[in-house]
Amino acid sequence: MKLEIITPDKTIFSGEVQLVQLPGVDGLFEILNNHAPMIAALGKGRVKIENENNKLQYFEINGGVLEVLDNKVLVLSE
Amino acid sequence: MPSLKEVRTRIESVNSTRQITSAMKMVAASKLRKAQNSIITMRPYAAKLHELMQNIATNLESSSQGKFSVVRPLERILIVPVTSNRGLCGAFNANVIRQTNKIINEKYSSQLEAGNVSLYCIGKKGLEFFRKSKITILDSEINVFDKLSFETVVPLAEKLMKHFEDASFDRIVFVYNQFKNAGSQTLIEEQLLPIELPAKVESDNVEGPEFIFEPDKVQILDQLIPRTLKMQVYKMLLDSYASEHGARMIAMHKATDNASEMLKELKLTYNKARQASITKEILEIVGGADALT
Repeated sequence: MKLEIITPDKTIFSGEVQLVQLPGVDGLFEILNNHAPMIAALGKGRVKIENENNKLQYFEINGGVLEVLDNKVLVLSE
Repeated sequence: MPSLKEVRTRIESVNSTRQITSAMKMVAASKLRKAQNSIITMRPYAAKLHELMQNIATNLESSSQGKFSVVRPLERILIVPVTSNRGLCGAFNANVIRQTNKIINEKYSSQLEAGNVSLYCIGKKGLEFFRKSKITILDSEINVFDKLSFETVVPLAEKLMKHFEDASFDRIVFVYNQFKNAGSQTLIEEQLLPIELPAKVESDNVEGPEFIFEPDKVQILDQLIPRTLKMQVYKMLLDSYASEHGARMIAMHKATDNASEMLKELKLTYNKARQASITKEILEIVGGADALT
């Protein structure tokens, strides 16, 4: 699935991933391939990404919104 | 006919002015490019945010009123004129100031009489002007343009949101120059608060995908609205910043052109004066030689 993390100033991440873990307002959750369409509010915390080569990457976000649609994950953060 | 020396000093001074204006034009052009880039990177974010808002507003059954969309009777008005910190950019600042005065006197005259119109000046030029007027200046912000980014705008946006939330103001309006292209900008009066939620789109033909909302629509909307407001403030400031540099670029371009024109004329006068003095000298020599023989 394709993941994009964008802020008003720049695009932090854009690319193919296997897994993404996000800080929801009620706790962490993960999204895998072929997830159902979803809109979620995010809290402050760390985003974990596992890319195609099973490499892990982390990003700090300060709240945001998430949209999952057609295997595309979009994170609007600050 | 002015003396040779006079003309020469004028030429020198015009020349150095021309150099300054052309340098300022280059600086403005490069800053404009940067500002335009930030506008371009911000656009997808703003578009997506708007789309999400619409999506949720459409899915929302009850038209629940958030704290930022309450419409109260208009008693206290806060106007935010966005000007620049530096001059030499044509009518850029004058336009904002004129428009601000106009809406205060025409639209909000009754509130003005009651002393309920305040200003929140962004940019030094506007602050300097309105300090001399009788309108209350609530606060001002002049450092925001030094390093304009989303983070630097957030505290400002939060301050404005707080003023509306605790009902110190019933309406917050921005007056700023919207960026169209490098050559032109439009003066805009935009209401920040209370916000109008995007109208519900009647989806009778194509049913959109069923979204899962986490935790729920109302909570997401509560998170989205402040974010949209911050975004809106950021967008307006960016627009104004880009417009400022666009306006300055044009003003400096014209100044450079005028200086070149002037230089051409001065060179002509200089050469004429030089020619005249040579002719005069020859005449004197010939006259002297004639007298000897």
